[in-house]
Amino acid sequence: HNVQDGASAGKTLPERVKIVEVGPRDGLQNEKTVVPSEVKIHLIDMLSEAGLSVIEATSFVSPKWVPQMADQVEVMMGIHRRPGVSYPVLTPNLKGFLAAVNAGAAEVAIFGAASELFSKKNINCSVDESLQRFEVVTKAAKEAGVPVRGYVSCVLGCPYEGKVSPDKVAQVAKRLYSMGCYEISLGDTIGVGTPGGMTEMLQAVSREVPVNALAVHCHDTYGQALANILIALQMGISVVDSSVAGLGGCPYAQGASGNVATEDVVYMLHGLGIQTGVDLPKLMDAGAFICCSLNKKTSSKVAQATCKL
Amino acid sequence: MGNFPTTVKHCLSYEELIQDYPWLARWLQEEKRALTHEYPEFVKIVEVGPRDGLQNEKEMVPTGVKIQLIDMLSETGLSVIEATSFVSSKWVPQMADHTEVLQAIHRSSHVRYPVLTPNMHGFQDAVAAGATEVAVFGSASETFSRKNINCSIDESILRFEEVICTAKQRQIPVRGYVSCALGCPYEGPIESTKVAEVVKRLYELGCYEVSLGDTIGVGTPGSMAKMLHSVKKEVPSSALAVHCHDTYGQALANILTALQMGICTVDSSVAGLGGCPYAQGASGNVSTEDVLYMLHGMGIKTGVDLSKVIEAGDFICKALNRKTNSKVAQARGDYSVHCHMKKINT
Repeated sequence: HNVQDGASAGKTLPERVKIVEVGPRDGLQNEKTVVPSEVKIHLIDMLSEAGLSVIEATSFVSPKWVPQMADQVEVMMGIHRRPGVSYPVLTPNLKGFLAAVNAGAAEVAIFGAASELFSKKNINCSVDESLQRFEVVTKAAKEAGVPVRGYVSCVLGCPYEGKVSPDKVAQVAKRLYSMGCYEISLGDTIGVGTPGGMTEMLQAVSREVPVNALAVHCHDTYGQALANILIALQMGISVVDSSVAGLGGCPYAQGASGNVATEDVVYMLHGLGIQTGVDLPKLMDAGAFICCSLNKKTSSKVAQATCKL
Repeated sequence: MGNFPTTVKHCLSYEELIQDYPWLARWLQEEKRALTHEYPEFVKIVEVGPRDGLQNEKEMVPTGVKIQLIDMLSETGLSVIEATSFVSSKWVPQMADHTEVLQAIHRSSHVRYPVLTPNMHGFQDAVAAGATEVAVFGSASETFSRKNINCSIDESILRFEEVICTAKQRQIPVRGYVSCALGCPYEGPIESTKVAEVVKRLYELGCYEVSLGDTIGVGTPGSMAKMLHSVKKEVPSSALAVHCHDTYGQALANILTALQMGICTVDSSVAGLGGCPYAQGASGNVSTEDVLYMLHGMGIKTGVDLSKVIEAGDFICKALNRKTNSKVAQARGDYSVHCHMKKINT
C-alpha cells in the first residue's frame, strides 16, 4: 500500500519508524513475577535477533525500590550485544549512572514527569528538583560521551492530578532536550489519552522540541494506544516505544493492561507500508518465550490471532 | 510555522516569538487547522452485541438474559441495537429464540431494533414478529460467500433484492452489510474496487446504509483508507458505516481513519462480545466501551452514556461467565483509583 493511504487528506506518514523495545525493562518491571536473570538475558538476545535497533535492557535503580531489576549488572554483562543495536538503561541519578557505565552501558535514560504530584509520589521530589538531579547525570554522560534519552511521564493525564496541561509537558520536554537528551519519549503513563489530547499535546511540544527528536510511549490501558500512535505518525513522529507481548500491566489500575504490544504496533506499521526493520515472526517467538516463562497469556492481539489460525 | 528555517524555529521558544511577532499567532492557528483533521461532530453507534456478539459466543445464552441485555442497552442512549437474527435455527442455534426475543424486549421510543433477514422466509417471520427494520448481508469475496451462505455474490444479491423490494413496499428500512471488506480468510486481500461494486449494488437496490465489515480484523489504516476511497466514489459517506473487528488490535486505529475520511457511523459490540470464528481464541468485534471512550475523548458526541454501557457489559459477561474484552471496562473495574479519571474523559 502507498504510505500516503493511511495519512488521509494528503498528510504524509514517515517511510521508516524506529521501534524502541521497552519490554525487558518497562515491561518486566511491571510484572509481578520476578524473572530469573537467564530468562531476561535470553529474552533480550531473542529481541536482538528480531531486527529491533533499540532494546531497553535494564534499570540501574536501587533494588530496594525495584527488586525486578536487582540483577542489572548481571543482565548488562550477560547479554549478547548485537552490532548496530543499542541497549539503553535507566539511570535515575549519578550513582546509577556510574554503576551503569561500569557495567558497560553505552546509552542511558532519565525520567521526568509532567505532573508535580506524580513526581512527588513516584520519586519523592518536585519536577524541578528531579530535573536538577538529571542535569548532574546529563553532564556526566556528556563528558563520558554517552547519549541520554529523556522520558516525560503523564503527558496525557496523571493518576493523581487528572488533566495535565500540554504546555507543562512542552516545558519539561524542552528542559530535558536542552540538557542534552538526544530524544524525548512522551509517555501516556496511564493510557487515558485519546487522539484529540495526543494532537494537542504534540502540537505544544513540537513547538519547543524538533519533531524528529520526539517519540511516543503509549499505554493501552483504555485500548487507545494504536489510535494515538497513528495520530502521532500523522504529525511527523517516527519513533514509537512498545513492549513485546504487551508486557507490563498498569500499576494504577489493577488487572488492567499497560504497555502497547510491539507485535500489534509492527502489524499496523507494516500494513501501512512503513519500514521498521523488525521481523514479526521472530518478534512473536520472543513474545511466546517470555509469556511461557512468566506463565501468562500474551497481551498482543496479533499474537493471539496468529498462533491459533 | 511557515517559512522560518527549522533551526530558527527551534532556537526560540514559542512564547518569546509571540511577544516579538504578534502576527505569528495567526499563522500558527492556520497551520494548526491544516494539521488537525476534521472529525464529525456526532457519531452514531450501531450496537451489534446482542446479535453479532452473542452469535459468536460459544455459550448458549438463555432468552431471558438476551432480553435483559437489550433492555439495559436501550437505557444507555444507544439509538440502534441489533436485536436478533431470523436465520434458520439449524444454522445458528444461538438465535433460535428470535421471535421470543423481539416480542419480549421493551422497545424504547428512541431506539431502533434491526434484525438480520437472510431471505424472504426470514423477512416474513421477522415482520410477523414485529420487526420494523431489517438487515441483509453481502460479501466482497466470492469464496467467502460460497462457504458462508452457499451461493455466489450475484446469487445472494438476487435473494436480497426480493427482501429489499418487499421491505420497501412495507416501508421497512433495510441496512446492508458487506463482509470481508479488508480481507478474506480464504482469498486473502480483497480489491477495493470489488468492495465498492458490492456496496453500490446494495445501496442502489435500496439499503439506506451499508456497513463495511473487516470480518477477520486484518485491516490497517492504509487498507481502510484505500477501501473507503474506492467506496466513497460510488456511495455517499453519510450512507456508510464501518464494522471493524479487533482480532489484530487494529480496530480503533481503523475507525479513527474512517472518521478522518468522513464516516460517521460505527458498529461495535458491548464488552467486545463475539470471538472470531476464523481464529480460535482470538477476539472479534471491537468493544463499544472502547469506541465510546475514544470518541468522547475527542469531543465527538454519541448520545451514549459510557458508564451504563459498562454496566450492561458487566451483566452479560457475568451471565456468560467470561471476562470482558473491553479495555476500558477492565481499567474502570478498579473504581477507587480511576473515579477521578472522569475529570478527563467521561
